[in-house]
Parts: sequence; C-alpha cells; structure tokens
Amino acid sequence: MSDTPAAPQLDVKRWWPAPMLPESDGRQLTLLFVLVVLCMLASLSVIGALAAGRAAQGWKAQLVGSATVVVRATDKESADAAAARAAETLAGVKGVTEARALERDKAEALVKPFLGPDPLPPDLPVPRLVAVELDKKAPAGAAALQAALKAAGVDATVDDHSLWTRQIMSAGALADWVATGLFAMIVAAAAALIAFATRQGLATRQELVTVLHLAGATDAFIARQFQARFARMAFFAGFWGGTLAAVGAAALKLYDRGQTIAALLPLEWTDLFAPLPCPFTAALIAAVAARLTAEGALRRMT
Amino acid sequence: MSRNPDTSQAEGALQSAETAPVVAFEGVSMRYGREPEVLKDVGFSLPRGSFHFLMGASGSGKSTLLKLIYLAEQASRGRVELFGRDVAQVKPKDRPFLRRRIGVVFQEFRLLEHLSAFDNAALALRVLGQKPTSYRQDVAELLSWVGLSHRMHAMPQALSGGEKQRLAIARAVIHRPDILLADEPTGNVDFAMSLRILRLFSELNRMGATVLIASHDEEMVARSGKPVLHLENGRLTRYEGVSRSGSTPPPAPEAEADEEAGL
Repeated sequence: MSDTPAAPQLDVKRWWPAPMLPESDGRQLTLLFVLVVLCMLASLSVIGALAAGRAAQGWKAQLVGSATVVVRATDKESADAAAARAAETLAGVKGVTEARALERDKAEALVKPFLGPDPLPPDLPVPRLVAVELDKKAPAGAAALQAALKAAGVDATVDDHSLWTRQIMSAGALADWVATGLFAMIVAAAAALIAFATRQGLATRQELVTVLHLAGATDAFIARQFQARFARMAFFAGFWGGTLAAVGAAALKLYDRGQTIAALLPLEWTDLFAPLPCPFTAALIAAVAARLTAEGALRRMT
Repeated sequence: MSRNPDTSQAEGALQSAETAPVVAFEGVSMRYGREPEVLKDVGFSLPRGSFHFLMGASGSGKSTLLKLIYLAEQASRGRVELFGRDVAQVKPKDRPFLRRRIGVVFQEFRLLEHLSAFDNAALALRVLGQKPTSYRQDVAELLSWVGLSHRMHAMPQALSGGEKQRLAIARAVIHRPDILLADEPTGNVDFAMSLRILRLFSELNRMGATVLIASHDEEMVARSGKPVLHLENGRLTRYEGVSRSGSTPPPAPEAEADEEAGL
C-alpha cells in the first residue's frame, strides 16, 4: 500500500510515547522566564527572612544581656563616688554577673554630640554610667536593680533596654510577616500564572482536546497532561530561580563584607541552602494549579 | 491489536444489555442553534456485528448522524441509544467509557500533527492507560497491515492523503472498538485503494465490530452489497436491509457477501 519512498525504520522495541502536548514554543519560554524570576524572588524572600530573624535575635541577645545605670551626684556624694558605690551594690544583686562604673570621659563622650567638641567645664554635673552585665539564663530585672540602688541610697535610673528590646522584637516580627506575605504573594502570582497558561493551553489546543475526548480520554487524563507539563517546567524554573537567588546571596556575603546590607541582614552560609526545596515547591504549586484549572475548564467544555 | 481492558465499574455498567442493538435512533432530530433541523425524525437500529453504509448528498446530515453516535453532539429531540443505554442519561463522567467502545475515522482525519504516525496510531491505547511495552508491537503490526510499516516515524504533515487515511483507520481500530464509524473514508483515495480500505473494514466486521460507513460513492457501495441507510435533507428515506423498528434480522453472512463483492 506504500506510495512514498522508504524512510528510516522505527525501532519498535525502543519506541516510547512522545509527549501528548506539543513541545514548548516561544510563549512557553516567556512563561519559563517569568517563573524563574518568581522563584528567585521567593527564594530571596526566604533567605531575607532567615537573615532578618537572625539579626533581630542577635540584637535582642545583646540588649537583654545588659543594663545601663545613670548615677547622679548628690549633695553628700560626688558622681564618681556614687557610681563606684552603685557598681558595688549592683554586683551583689542576684542575676548580675558584673557591674562596672564607666570613667568620666566615657560619660562625657555620650553628651558630646549635644554639647559640642569643646572641653566641658569641670563643675558640670555630668551623670556617671554603670554598665551592668546580666546573667543570660536568669537576668535580674530593672525593678530589682532599682530597688537595690534605692536601698543603698544611690540616686540612679536603671535602663534595662526593655523598650529597645520590644521595638526590635516587633521589628523582627514585622520583617517575618513581610517576608511571609511576600512569599505568599509570589506563590499566588505563580499559581495564577500557571492557571492562565493552562487555560491558554487548553484554548489553543482545542483540536487536541477534542480528539482526545473522542478517543475516550477522561477529563482527568487530559488535565494530567497539562499538570505534568507545567510541573516539569516549574521544577526547572525552581531550580534556576533558587540557584540564582543562592548565587546572589553568596555574592552579597562575599563582596559586601558586612558593611551595608549584610550588616542589617547577617547571612550565614547555611542560608544559601534555603532555596533547595524551591524546585519541588514550585512543581507542586504548578501541578495543583494546572490540574484544578484544567479540570474546571474541561468540565465546563463538556 | 489489543483488547480494551474494561476494568472500571463505570465501564462495566455500560456493557449491560449486550443483546440490545448497538445503535438505536428513535424519532431523532437535530439542529445547531437556531438553524433549521439537520436531522428530522430519524429512526433506525444497527444490530451487533452488522455492516451498513450511510448514503446521501452533501448536507443531507450524514456527518451529524455519525456525530450523534460518537457523542460529539446531543440530539435536539428523540432518543439515541448506544449499547442499550439512552445516551441522554449517561453522566458526563461515564461518556469516555462509552466512547472507548467506538472507533471513528473522521472525514478530515483529525490526526495530531505533533505526533508521529506510530504515536497517532497508539493514541486510543495510551488513553486507556496501557503500558507502551504491552502494545507497541500491536501498533507496529497494525501499521504494517495498513501498509505504513515504512512510515511509522513520519509526521502526519509528511504523509500523503492515502497514507493519512490509512493512519486514521489504524488509529480508529487499534483498540478493537465495538462500533466502527467512518465518514467518507475513501474520499481521498483512488478506486483500488477504496476497495482495499473496504476490505479492511470487512475484516474488522468479521471480527465482530459493527460498522457504519458514510459515503456518497454509489459505485463502491453497490459493489459491496452491504445494506444502506439513505438520508435526504435530514430524513431517512430508505432502509435497505435495516428495520426501522429495531427488529433487524441477523445480518447476512458478511464473508460471503464480501467475496461476492471482491472484498
């Protein structure tokens, strides 16, 4: 029955079905590019959240582990003597590991920005500072320190940095929420993109869908073809997006040397592994989005 | 050729009423939107294992009648039964299982352009979820049978009209359907090729498939000696060898008729 010249023979034993959907075209390259960018942004948001959390924890640890006491002179006692007595008193309080009165020049350095660089008059009543190191496991509270000073008759104010700690912790929580929100928005955008691409794919492959239906294919079978196609593409995009994010973060850590951004967001090398699940997460999101969209659209078609 | 492994419950349910006519139309009318009726009060039945031609001029409703059988359209009025089941009552989720019992050769072939001849021929088996290792030899044998053993690699665009026709036929029969419908299957081939294609259909009919072929090639139909359904302006005007009530007597021995017709 042949009416054409012989062509290369097919090795039937090695034959395997070709993809049911046509191979990728220009539109899919655009989609792939957008998915790579989204995956990179999602990975960066995760890396950023890890670093922001670490920064907040670090600042909190520094503030919680210490307190500052401002000691004022009285009619009966000079500021230096009062500071020395305050340090001695505080060193005996439970939950304090060390209390040290700072020299006058350190106290003056603190007020220099407000009073100018000229030497201060010797009779200016500059308060003295006592730096207190607290026990990290069971730190003494501001009230306990204040009570001890009052009992010793020292006119002083205790600052246990709790105001700053609260602000830093709320800033850290906010950073977490922002990163989570950003991640969620990127995931939603990726899912919407896949849903749109699936609908487009079904519309442009109308003939294929009809032929498959007439061959007895179920909606689930057809939806699976789109699901597999987009899951594969998202896996690929997740791999490259995650890799680009890790490379970018590594470059920042290497070249910034903790001077600018890295000072606010202290990256660790382990953070660079955060994008590892990105290909799998992206594939899962794409698979679910494509499957649900395709099944819904096919149901409406039939 | 592989046999469709009917394993699902839904499919099993569809195989009830095995003794009923394979196809039965009762007062069926069909219109597209607000257009005039394409089919008007059509009634006939096709017993299991029968072989019929469907004749009529262009626009007489042949393709629409076939579409109602292969569930591409739904009748506007009347009752269409497939394998004893009213298709209007078949749930959408069960329709694929009914369609798997039908093989269709479309007038315009409807081959998938991005798939090779081999992949196109294997389509129905793939849809059934069979493993490629279990059917690839069957597909190769069928393609050899229709004379395409040297064109298995070829994409449909590279095939001639006759080759496409034979590939479309191979795709329609690979899963050994219970009904084979063909819409002008010899429209693109010469007379000698028409006879060869008809011989292939007769072979499938001998193997148990019910065959209905839409054609306007009177010479070929007359030569075949098969019973004919005649459509004229959407009405069934003649039922040669077919009972309108559905009580069609068993078909004449097809093999003898084929031999007489040179098929």
